[in-house]
Amino acid sequence: MTKKTIIPIGPYHPLQEEPEFFKLHVEGEKVVGLDIELGYNHRGIEKLAELKTFEQTVFLVERICGICSTSHPLACVQAVEDAGEVEVPERAQYIRTVIGELERLHSHMLWLGLAGHFLGFNTVWMWAWRYREPILELFELITGNRNHYAMMKPGGVRRDIKVEDIPTIRKTLADLKGPICLFRDAVTDDPLIHARLQGVGTLTKQQALDYCAVGPTARASGVAKDVRKDHPHLAYGRVDFKIITGKNGDVFDKAVVRILETLESIKIIEQCLEVLKTMPGPVDSNPKEIKAGEGIGTYEAPRGEVIHYIRSDGGNRPVRHKVRAPSFMNVPTNQTTVIGHSVADATIILAAVDPCYCCTERMAAVDAGTGRRIWSSAELIRLSQEKTAKLKKEMGVEGPRLKI
Amino acid sequence: MSFAVNMLTRSLNVFHLGGSACNNCDIEIIDTLTPRYDLERFGITLVGSVRHADVLLVTGVFNKKSAIRLKRVYQEAAKPVVVIAIGACACTGNMFQKSYNWDVPVDKYIPVDAYLPGCPPKPEAMIMAVVKLVKKLRGAK
Repeated sequence: MTKKTIIPIGPYHPLQEEPEFFKLHVEGEKVVGLDIELGYNHRGIEKLAELKTFEQTVFLVERICGICSTSHPLACVQAVEDAGEVEVPERAQYIRTVIGELERLHSHMLWLGLAGHFLGFNTVWMWAWRYREPILELFELITGNRNHYAMMKPGGVRRDIKVEDIPTIRKTLADLKGPICLFRDAVTDDPLIHARLQGVGTLTKQQALDYCAVGPTARASGVAKDVRKDHPHLAYGRVDFKIITGKNGDVFDKAVVRILETLESIKIIEQCLEVLKTMPGPVDSNPKEIKAGEGIGTYEAPRGEVIHYIRSDGGNRPVRHKVRAPSFMNVPTNQTTVIGHSVADATIILAAVDPCYCCTERMAAVDAGTGRRIWSSAELIRLSQEKTAKLKKEMGVEGPRLKI
Repeated sequence: MSFAVNMLTRSLNVFHLGGSACNNCDIEIIDTLTPRYDLERFGITLVGSVRHADVLLVTGVFNKKSAIRLKRVYQEAAKPVVVIAIGACACTGNMFQKSYNWDVPVDKYIPVDAYLPGCPPKPEAMIMAVVKLVKKLRGAK
């Protein structure tokens, strides 16, 4: 039997944009186990949200993740609107759909580029990012910023899409179709990409259901799960689009699903722009107060379903804000997909779920061997109390002294 | 201009250290290397290890867990190394200043040579920062 070794990837690894720590347990070249350690990115956003008003919370959740910087605010404002029973004007709903789909477009292009980079196929990286630039320019035109668009607010959107801008947007999108079809053909035809991706990192349909995978990760395994269809909100009930699903659930299918989804996004945006050209009306209902109650907002982020929960006590701040990001469900699937593959394939398999650690940070420690939680919540509370007692003793103070 | 400064500013090898960031600054850094902006024309490349780096790019707030690593990465860098704090988070802590997991901005942990505010700064701003930095290193006014 070969000796078992551990290869550390991270926390600050040149391939990764974000700090996360993977421990690959390998026997020879074969991966036999995976440990995921997070926590480098935890900023305590849910707690911070309680210090901010509903309008400020939107800016805060925007900064959960720079790539999903519309999905989080969109889910958040929907939760606020659900709690406070706020009406949203119809024009605002179409604008929200356009911004959300533009974001999906740029996020999938970004992933495609990074996937090429992980494969050692830097040409794909450069090309994909080159054609991503026009989308960022569209964002700058519509919202005033390349990233962090600050478009959402409870009750509507902050800026209108001007009718005179619509031809520019349409032309940019029409020009994008060519390159996207080029990527589609390149991925589906290239024998090298087939050899690297097909049959690699397979997540079966049953596994996808067991892990509750969401978004393109689940759809590539044949689970037709999409908030836009399952729960038609915004303008999704009024536009025509398909859910793209794969069959095998390998990395190849995940790539194809994402590329085909960008074409569907363009289709949705074009239909929305057609309506926006003539639709009159305000884009903001200016809610003055949010009633007491609780609300849930969901949106299909580029990585999958994002859920925000907000409880209001009738004041101007959320009493509780809970975020469930899609990567939280998708990252654990790595623990089955990466097993049995070679170390060289591990990077692309780990990247195939389009992980987003800044969304995912939670406190939990799990032992890889047994799957048991190392610290239960009761133990954590005990640890915390012991530490506080120790600190108090050192500082010589009595009573609570919190740094807020 | 000394030989060392000349060699340092000819071709900057950059190591990028993303803290507890939202990723946007990191993505905009990568963006400057891709065809639209293409900083690699000027010999600016990302390197895999901080030991090879002339410039350390720091993005994001650093929480209690990652701050330990930040100090260690800085100690591992071959000196002289120029540290640039990119984005409002690295410069000041941005909106995370009241977080229970945040203590002080980056310049309290390691010496910072240049600050580049913005959320996130545009690639043009990053290129301008590089130009200013090279000028300053070469002693121009």
